[in-house]
Amino acid sequence: MDFNFSDEQRMLRDSLSSLLADQYSFDARKAALASPEGWRPEIWRSLAQDLGVLGAALPEELGGMGGGPVDNLVVMEELGKALVVEPYLETVVMAAGLLKRIDSPLAAEAVGKIIAGELIAALAWGEPTSRYDASDVSTKAVKTAQGWTLNGRKAVVTAGPLAHQFIVTARTSGDQRDEAGISLFLVDKDAPGVVTRDYVTVDGRQASEIGLDGVTLDADALLGAEGEALPLVERVLDEARAALCAEAVGVMGQLVAQTLDYTRQRKQFGRPIAEFQVLQHRMVDMFVQHEQAISMTYMATLKLDLPAPERAKAVSAAKAFVGKALRFVGQNAVQTHGGIGLTTELALSHYFKRATMIETELGSVDYHLSRYQALAA
Amino acid sequence: MNLDFSPTDLAFRDEVRSFIAEAYPADVRAKQESGADLTKEDYLAWHKILGAKGWSAPSWPVEFGGTGWTPVQKFIFAEELAFAGTVPILPFGMNMVAPVIQAFGTEEQKARHLPPILKGDVWWCQGYSEPGAGSDLASLTTRAVRDGDHYIVNGQKTWTTMAQFADWGFFLVRTDPAAKKQEGISFLLIDMKTPGVTVRPIITLDGAHEVNEVWLEDVRVPVENRVYEENKGWTCAKFLLAHERSGIAGVARSKRGLEKLRAVAANETEHGRPLMQDPYFARKMAELEIELLALEYTELRGLAREGEGKGPGPETSLLKIKGTEIQQRATELAMEAAGPYAAPHLLGADEPGDNALAIGPHHARGVADTYFNVRKTSIYGGSNEIQRNIIAKMVLGL
Repeated sequence: MDFNFSDEQRMLRDSLSSLLADQYSFDARKAALASPEGWRPEIWRSLAQDLGVLGAALPEELGGMGGGPVDNLVVMEELGKALVVEPYLETVVMAAGLLKRIDSPLAAEAVGKIIAGELIAALAWGEPTSRYDASDVSTKAVKTAQGWTLNGRKAVVTAGPLAHQFIVTARTSGDQRDEAGISLFLVDKDAPGVVTRDYVTVDGRQASEIGLDGVTLDADALLGAEGEALPLVERVLDEARAALCAEAVGVMGQLVAQTLDYTRQRKQFGRPIAEFQVLQHRMVDMFVQHEQAISMTYMATLKLDLPAPERAKAVSAAKAFVGKALRFVGQNAVQTHGGIGLTTELALSHYFKRATMIETELGSVDYHLSRYQALAA
Repeated sequence: MNLDFSPTDLAFRDEVRSFIAEAYPADVRAKQESGADLTKEDYLAWHKILGAKGWSAPSWPVEFGGTGWTPVQKFIFAEELAFAGTVPILPFGMNMVAPVIQAFGTEEQKARHLPPILKGDVWWCQGYSEPGAGSDLASLTTRAVRDGDHYIVNGQKTWTTMAQFADWGFFLVRTDPAAKKQEGISFLLIDMKTPGVTVRPIITLDGAHEVNEVWLEDVRVPVENRVYEENKGWTCAKFLLAHERSGIAGVARSKRGLEKLRAVAANETEHGRPLMQDPYFARKMAELEIELLALEYTELRGLAREGEGKGPGPETSLLKIKGTEIQQRATELAMEAAGPYAAPHLLGADEPGDNALAIGPHHARGVADTYFNVRKTSIYGGSNEIQRNIIAKMVLGL
C-alpha cells in the first residue's frame, strides 16, 4: 500500500502548476472567456508541446508517456486549482481514454493527434432524455452498403464547440434503454448532416447540442465491436468521474484557502472574523470535507482497474461523497465571505460556480448513491 | 500509488487470523454472543493471551515490548481483531498512561508499571475530569500538597471509566494554585487501594455502570509516583490527548458493525419486502458506508505519513470527529432496523434452556441501550467541539 506520487508525477505537478501560476491568472482567464474563442488555444499548445501534459497518462506506443489514472489525477487537480476551462477531461481523459482501447489505425492516429494538441475530440454520449444514464440511447445507426447512416440527437456535449471530431454513441440494435446494441462512431464535426448549436455553460465552459440528420459514415468509422460499446463507455465515464473528483479537490482546496485568507483580513466588531468560533468551526468542517474528498479521490482512482462492479461501486461512492462536499464547501465559502462572495469580481464566485457544476457533472449525488446501493446489495 | 498488500503483509494477515481463531477464549465468545455482562477477568483474558504472544502493544516502541510492526501491519492487525469481534484491550493503561510513562517516566516507573500493562495484569483508570472541569480541563481543582516525601491529595474526579475494576489510576492534580492554570498541574500515579480513595458508581441512561466518581480524601501518594516534573503535568496531559485520539476512529469495528447491519436489514421485513430494499433506509445505509470509506482512506493516508516517520498530529482530531459521528449514526440505524423490538430494556442474557417467550430477534437486544451509551463518544476524549478548536488552531492556524 502506497499513497505517494512517483518522481515523474511530482515533476508533472510542478511543471503544470508553475505554467498555470505564470500564465493562467484569474484576469487572463476572464479575458479569454470574454473573447470570441472563449478559451485559450495557446495554452492548449503549451500543455501539449512544452510540457507534454496531454500525453502524460496515455500509452507510450501511441506517443504518450505511459502514465495512468494517477497522472490524470495530478493534472486534473492542478487544472481545478487554476479553474482551467481547456478540455483536458473531454479530450484526453474521455476521448483519448476511449480511443486508446480501440484496435484500429484511425483510433491510434487520433490519439497521436490529441497528444500533439492537434485534435480536440469530445465524447457525445448523453441525449436530451438520458440524464446520467449512458445506456439510454435513441440515436440510431443503420448499416448501409458503404458504411453507416446516423440519425438522432446528442445533448450537453461539453467541449463540443471546440471539437473537430465527436465520438458518438448510437444504437445498432435493441430498444432505447437496452445495455446491448450500443456502438461507437467517429464523426467529423463538418460531416454533412451534423448540426450543432453551441452555447456557454454557467461555469464559463462551452457545450453543444448536436443533431445527426442522415449522417453517412464509412465502415471504418465504427469504433470497436458493433453493439458492444457500453462496457467501454461506462469504464471511460468512471475514469472521467474519478478525474472530476480530482478537479473538485483542486477547486475545493482553493475555496477553503480563499475563505481562510479572507476571514483573517476581514474585520467586524473590531477584530478579524477568523476569531469567531462559529466561523472557525465552519471552516474546520470545510477543511474536513476537503481532506476526505482527497481520500475518496485517491481511493476511486486506485480502483479504476478493478473488475467493473468494484470499480463502479468505488467511483460512485467517491462521486457521491465529493458531490456533497462540493455543495457544502462551496455554499459555506460564499456564506463566510458575505456579500462580496456573490460578486463576479472575486475569483471565489467562479470557483463556486465550477464546484456547483462538478457536483452534477457525469452524475448527481442521488444518481451515484443509487448506483452504489445497487452494487452494494 | 497503489492499494495492494505485499505478499509479506498477506502472510501476516493469515497468521493473525489463524492465531485469533485458535487462541480466542471460547467462554468469553459465548458470553459476548449471548449478551451477558463481562467480568474484569473476561476483559483481561484476551489481553493476557496477546501479551503472552507478544502482540498486546503494537503501538509501543520495541524497547518496551512493542511489536515493531509497520503501520500497514498494525492496520491489518486492528482490522483482524475487529472482524473477529474480540474484546478490545482497554486503552487506559495501554494507550494512555503507558506512552506518558515511556516519554516522561523515570527508569523505576518504567520498570514497575510497563510490564504489567503489557501482560494485562494491572487495570488502570483515568482521573482527569472533575465536576467543574470538563472541556476546560486545566481548571481542575483537585489539590495535592507536599508533605515530606508524599503528596496529600484531596478532591473529586468524575466520569472515571471502569474505575470499579481499577488497580491504579493516573491523576491530574493541582500542585501550585498560584500559577497560571496550566502551569500548576502535576501528573500522579495513585494506587486505588490507598486509604482515602472511594469509587462511587454513576449509572448512565442505558442502565450501565461504566463510569464512576472517584473521591480523594487525604490520600497519601509517594512523591516517586509523580511522572515528570512538579507543575509540568499539563505537558503529559497534552501528549496523552494526542495518543488517545489516534486509533479512536474505530474504522475496522464500524466496518464490521455496518456489515452486520446490512445483513440484519436484509432479513427484516417492512411493506412486505426486506428493509434493505426500502429506498429511504437503503439511502441512509449507503451514505453511512460511504462516510466510513472516506474515513478509512483518510486514516490510511495518515498511516502512510506515519510510515515516513511523522507521528500523530493534530489532524487526528479529524479522525476522532468523523469516527465518533459514524459510530453514533450506526447505532441510530441499528435501532431503526430493530423496529418495535428496540423498546425492550434487557440487561444480561436469557438463561440457557429458558422456555419463556423469546423477546425479539437477537440483533435487537440492547440496541437502544447501545444508542444511548454511544452518545458518549462525541463527548469524551475531548468533545468534538474541542477537536474542532484544535484543528482551527493547530492545522488552520486561526
